[in-house]
Amino acid sequence: MSAEIRGKFRVDRGNFSLDVDLALPARGISALFGPSGSGKTTCLRAMAGLERAPGGFFAIGDTVWQDDARGVWLPTHRRALGMVFQEASLFPHLSVRGNMAFGQRRTVPGADPHRLAEIAELLGIAALLERMPPALSGGERQRVAIARALLAAPDILLLDEPLAALDARRKQEILPYLERLHGELSIPVIYVSHSPDEVARLVDHLVLLDGGRCVASGSLHDVLGRIDLPAVFADDAGVVVETTVAEHEADDLTRLEFSGGHIWVSRRSEAIGTPLRCRIHARDVSLALVPQTQASILNCVAATVVNLAATATPGHVLVKLDVAGNPLLARITRRSAERLGIRPGLALHAQIKSVALLA
Amino acid sequence: MESSDLAAVWLTLKLATVVTLLLLLVGTPVAWWLAHTRSRLKGVVGALVALPLVLPPTVIGFYLLVAMGPDGPVGRLTEALGIGLLPFTFPGLVIASVFYSLPFVVQPIQNAFATVGERPLEVAATLRAGPWDAFWSVAVPLARPGFVSGAILGFAHTIGEFGVVLMIGGNIPNKTRVVSVQIYDHVEALEYAQAHWLAGGMLLFSFVVLLALYTFNAGWRNPA
Repeated sequence: MSAEIRGKFRVDRGNFSLDVDLALPARGISALFGPSGSGKTTCLRAMAGLERAPGGFFAIGDTVWQDDARGVWLPTHRRALGMVFQEASLFPHLSVRGNMAFGQRRTVPGADPHRLAEIAELLGIAALLERMPPALSGGERQRVAIARALLAAPDILLLDEPLAALDARRKQEILPYLERLHGELSIPVIYVSHSPDEVARLVDHLVLLDGGRCVASGSLHDVLGRIDLPAVFADDAGVVVETTVAEHEADDLTRLEFSGGHIWVSRRSEAIGTPLRCRIHARDVSLALVPQTQASILNCVAATVVNLAATATPGHVLVKLDVAGNPLLARITRRSAERLGIRPGLALHAQIKSVALLA
Repeated sequence: MESSDLAAVWLTLKLATVVTLLLLLVGTPVAWWLAHTRSRLKGVVGALVALPLVLPPTVIGFYLLVAMGPDGPVGRLTEALGIGLLPFTFPGLVIASVFYSLPFVVQPIQNAFATVGERPLEVAATLRAGPWDAFWSVAVPLARPGFVSGAILGFAHTIGEFGVVLMIGGNIPNKTRVVSVQIYDHVEALEYAQAHWLAGGMLLFSFVVLLALYTFNAGWRNPA
């Protein structure tokens, strides 16, 4: 990868230290994921230049924003970035339109007014342009903040837990817009989050941070499929499978297709051919040596054991499986593992009790 | 009302206006610094700015008189510059009043800047606004209640000053004789009727100013 994002930051503040060296793809959404205090927000602020990490380095492709070894440092207002903060950060003295135009006016002289309308349309806030921020709901405010950031013609979009301050319903209101951005934006997005659901739903590249260190960095599927990681996801361990809606069947089930087989779920509204992300929790996968036809579990795929690892849950093991190239995790009891003789290379059948659909 | 009363009223308003404008000019950077600095000097500067709140005006007036007098550092400077000595002149009164009313302007603005906080400025920076741009387009509009309070308090406080004026400006008609001094003169001369007019006027003025201030602040906090 030639055009990638490189960030090297070291911050030492006594009780908190950050020491990371990141390489992120220059396309798609990358998540900085970890518990609070893991340094993800500090990382993001260092990228934006809001936090000065001495001796640091940050570049998007050939555009260097910080290289202390060569004395390069661009202050935040000289960096072509868009940033959305955790809480609503709209300027209360400006209307929605005024907020959106704030960055646009300062970036593009004689800015195209159609662009503002276009972005407003994209984020579903076209009807709110003349309102003042206090008259907006939390979800609307965050959408305006995203629109405002996009209008500043950024080369990178930094999102600092943009959904954290919202209740579940507001989150559901914004997620589809973020997904739309994912499809329409050509710039990279760095998404800070501590919510496994958001990450599984939106992200392409996943960086796990813990205690100010980078624990893992890779494609979402690779990182989620690893079983050697400390219990970052704890009970949420599981993988994401990219499927396509294949068929709506007469008994109100929809068949999803992926390279490793089929998964049936309750009838979906999406048209045939629509891509759908599914999240399969390790705790919802059980293993059988022979296909179970006499059981109620419908979804069963052929799999091969890759390896096993201990889990945070006592008495359980995590089994990594390969389903025609797709990783799958199963959490079973150690006793079952021993009884079935689970070992690397063993071919068996994975039963999937439930599937979380992410879109 | 006598013409000397009117002259005193006019002079007082002129003094308060000039002082308020100067204080907004001088006090804003001081307030900004106090609201944002992490320097150890913050406490010292904050205490210096607040001194007029507790010092007797005669003390401030005394030191300013000494400093601006022929043997004081400021006096020597102004004489060397060909301006002459400042005590017993209108400019001298203005300078003394700026010191005297400083905390009344700096503190509300400082509190307003502190309430605005760093976040809006960070947001402005991520939207390509440089520090100067962000100050005018974000910090000042958001700190507006502080500016209004500071200006009103500074203006009203300057109108009401007495001790400092007496020390530094004396009692020169049309030049340094402000309303509070004029009232004092009337009372000394047992002209209670004239004193009543001016004193009553001051009372009414002060009340209206404070009423306006509190109404404005309440309205700002509950925009609905």
